[in-house]
Amino acid sequence: MYDVAIVGAGVVGSAIARELAKFKVSACVIEKDEDVCNGTSKANSAIVHAGFDAKPGTLKAKLNVRGNEMMDELSKELDFPFKRNGSLVVCTKDQDPALLDELVEKAKANGVEVQILERDELIKMEPNLADDVVKALYAPTGAIVCPFHLTMALAENAADNGVEFFLNTEVTKIEKKDDRYVISTDKDTIEAKTVVNAAGVYADKFNNMVSEHKLEIIARRGQYMLLDKDAGSHVSRTIFQLPSKMGKGVLVTPTVHGNLLVGPTAEDIDDKEGVNTTAEGLGSLAATSAQSVKNVPMRQVITSFAGLRAHEVNGDFVIGEAEDAPGFFNAAGIESPGLSSAPAIGEMVASQVAEKLGLEKNPNFNGKRKGILNPATLSIEERNELIKKQPAYGNIICRCEMVTEGEILDAIHRTLGARSLDGVKRRTRAGMGRCQAGFCSPKTMEILEREVPMSMFDVTKNGKDAKIVFGYNKKI
Amino acid sequence: METRDLICIGCPLGCSLKVTLENGEVTEVTGNTCPNGDRYARKECTNPTRIVTSSVRVKGGKINMVSCKTKEDIPKGMIFDITKALENVVVSAPVAIGDVVLKDVCGTGVDVVATKNVEVK
Amino acid sequence: MNYDLVIVGGGPAGLAAAIAAKDNGIDSILIIERDRELGGILNQCIHNGFGLHTFKEELTGPEYASRFIAQVEERGIEYKLNTMVMDIANDKTVTAMNSTDGMFTVQAKAVVLAMGCRERSRGALNIPGYRPAGIFSAGTAQRLVNIEGYMPGRRVVILGSGDIGLIMARRMTLEGAKVLAVAELMPYSGGLKRNIVQCLDDFDIPLYLSHTVVDIQGKERVEGITIAEVGPDRKPIPGTEIHYDCDTLLLSCGLLPENELSKTAGVELSPITSGPVVNDSLETNIPGVFACGNVLHVHDLVDFVSQEATNAGKNAAKFIKEGEQKTSKEIEILPVDGVRYTVPKYVRPEVMDDTLTVRFRVGQVFKGCAIATYFGDELISKRKRPVMAPGEMEQVVLKKSQLAEYPDIKNITIKIEEA
Repeated sequence: MYDVAIVGAGVVGSAIARELAKFKVSACVIEKDEDVCNGTSKANSAIVHAGFDAKPGTLKAKLNVRGNEMMDELSKELDFPFKRNGSLVVCTKDQDPALLDELVEKAKANGVEVQILERDELIKMEPNLADDVVKALYAPTGAIVCPFHLTMALAENAADNGVEFFLNTEVTKIEKKDDRYVISTDKDTIEAKTVVNAAGVYADKFNNMVSEHKLEIIARRGQYMLLDKDAGSHVSRTIFQLPSKMGKGVLVTPTVHGNLLVGPTAEDIDDKEGVNTTAEGLGSLAATSAQSVKNVPMRQVITSFAGLRAHEVNGDFVIGEAEDAPGFFNAAGIESPGLSSAPAIGEMVASQVAEKLGLEKNPNFNGKRKGILNPATLSIEERNELIKKQPAYGNIICRCEMVTEGEILDAIHRTLGARSLDGVKRRTRAGMGRCQAGFCSPKTMEILEREVPMSMFDVTKNGKDAKIVFGYNKKI
Repeated sequence: METRDLICIGCPLGCSLKVTLENGEVTEVTGNTCPNGDRYARKECTNPTRIVTSSVRVKGGKINMVSCKTKEDIPKGMIFDITKALENVVVSAPVAIGDVVLKDVCGTGVDVVATKNVEVK
Repeated sequence: MNYDLVIVGGGPAGLAAAIAAKDNGIDSILIIERDRELGGILNQCIHNGFGLHTFKEELTGPEYASRFIAQVEERGIEYKLNTMVMDIANDKTVTAMNSTDGMFTVQAKAVVLAMGCRERSRGALNIPGYRPAGIFSAGTAQRLVNIEGYMPGRRVVILGSGDIGLIMARRMTLEGAKVLAVAELMPYSGGLKRNIVQCLDDFDIPLYLSHTVVDIQGKERVEGITIAEVGPDRKPIPGTEIHYDCDTLLLSCGLLPENELSKTAGVELSPITSGPVVNDSLETNIPGVFACGNVLHVHDLVDFVSQEATNAGKNAAKFIKEGEQKTSKEIEILPVDGVRYTVPKYVRPEVMDDTLTVRFRVGQVFKGCAIATYFGDELISKRKRPVMAPGEMEQVVLKKSQLAEYPDIKNITIKIEEA
């Protein structure tokens, strides 16, 4: 029996797992997909909010601010890409500047540093702001992050400190029995003294199995377009829009990897796996983004995608032990600013669980994790030294992102290593560039076949039945 | 009397050809702009042929597959028979362009030959 | 490391350029190829129909490539395989990497860009729907089937009727798949007539012109594709949807020259072709840097790639031996009225070869029209063409002697006119 079973290996589940690993605990994470970071955590705006937007006094406000504070240190400890690029909320000439003042008040209450800037100053900072932009709220602590690497870093480090991960394992039922929870899955049954519900859009389902305080989580779809690195410097800060009668607006932001991201739409949908894009949704992004940033080169879109925010109908994060289900802890309704808050949610939930179970500190906890080496950051001499030792680092597999075989081997062989094309892609960026894996996928498949090892016919895009090839020629 | 509609493949013009046949013999071709259209239509209606290209597995080679083709045209109706005949063919490296991969495929009298050199691994 | 000439890319363009440079007196040549063998994309084009212009016979892609590879070998031209060029600087230092030599820099006197092109991806096409496994560019599927020997689909819909899409419709069919339909956004096919007949009609595969994919279903593997007719604005018309239960979508929607390296070198690119802007020597704005093949502009036939690359190689050799051609005069060729672009864009009448083949594509299907060439305002030639289509390259040959008779013209215009 485990002390803790965490349902869901997204950024929240992984952050909780890592914080729990700081205690002497037997813990596991149960994930229905083949990899960590496969739900809401993988498809979002990839930003760390400054924290001025959330309503003062809410969990969202408190955890956002705390999460933002933690990121610098965490990104160094866990070696994931993070950049404080600052953010702007722009106000156009047709909008009410009083809305900006309201944000300033909220920022003050939340303890977030902001300032109001006028157009002449703004245009020096961001020459591509729309002509109608007259002033903006500037938050220097706004930041961007790689959500894949943040999640994988947390999960890997948790695993390296003893947390077990059960991937490809779908929880079907959770029941309280005497002093424990019995968690039925499509594989084995798992028992634990406490359960942490970090199941994203499905968190209501699991909460409602054990608690009479019912949750209702709505999948709120957001569609995005990702642009080529050529467009990556179109803006250097994250540009938000003021909410208007047209809707909440979309953001335009650089990513930590140098692309430009535009989105999201906001549509409540019934299907909790409904991550499809639509013609209307994608079509709206160009017009909406133009209200804050001009000349976004939409011809340079390299991919579009949709993610689902787990919106709880009461609006705030739902965190903590369910009143009528002792030992069952929720981390539910984690929509924006969920990514920003994740480290703080981890801290909060882990301390609650630790208190409940009376856990002691783990003196052997090692919070350091080394990311996948990016040879492009090395000098030519260092790089040649590396290639001499490990020739795979001289072999480029993904020509768009210049990813070497060495990096892919690292991605496969490290803790919680990649087992699919998407797994390799999210860890190394192989296939994430302008040709979208056209050239490198056959090569990556070959490497997975050889290194995992696995049959070519079992190589998938992202697990389950997402197979790439069906059989040998003439034999399908 | 029977008529058939064809698109000429002789050039980008792509003339729409109307072919009249009697007892399997072409009696008239219309719609063509040049003599090539007439020639193409007669051949296509009486004895359509194709080159079939495919690839088969290689043992012990630097690469896993070697491309191949029928050395000459084969009757169009036999395309699938020929690819089927190649289903379990495996050749051993080295392979040179022109090497016979499958002799007298499906009794056509035509060999399937390699179209690529494959060195030994 | 020093070489007179570095050729980036060992496909048909790079090979022909190398051979020509060698035959024009350059001994110090290095071809850098990123794949495991020379020949480029021809290696996966196992169908026949290549080389009618060059060899007067129909060859398969690998056979066509092998003839050039043999010439490279005979001449003892050096090449490095599995080697990626990482950077080209505008002083013609080329930085490359492989697993045996590590990162190394070559100082060249001249560089030929011959990197080829890539396929437009789903993302660039903005096709809505899910993102399951089973969506491939036609070229990726071609590699899987023809080089690796694996079948990426059983029931297939193809978007785009470019030649690779058509060829793959036949290939997949012959290897046991069912190709349900080919949809083409434009009202005409971008592929050769011969391929429509022999790859689609032979196998009763329907071609839907003015249709596009409007939805992709399936959360893990593709489970269905919906296509719909598009209006003249190329927007889907509601109510015209056709649904297919299928597991695979192949995309054959255009090729894009791969000029990332050219860009970092400072080479000026054309917004129309996405390839370098070149003069009659196929030389870019950086003296001594030449371009040819699909990195310059996407070709229809490999024969023309070989011809063009031969010129690039010859001109690179001349540059290495004689230095930059000094000339004060450069005339721009203006593509108008249906002519989308020309390669080259600039002609230097004083230093050009005796004849210059100017290649271009038209922007729409023209029937019964003519290609007209003007020196300044004066009509110089008018050649009737019964049909011209965007899928096929057109050409005009300019003569040095003729240009010499017009010393004062500011530009040359090529346009499509009524016959």
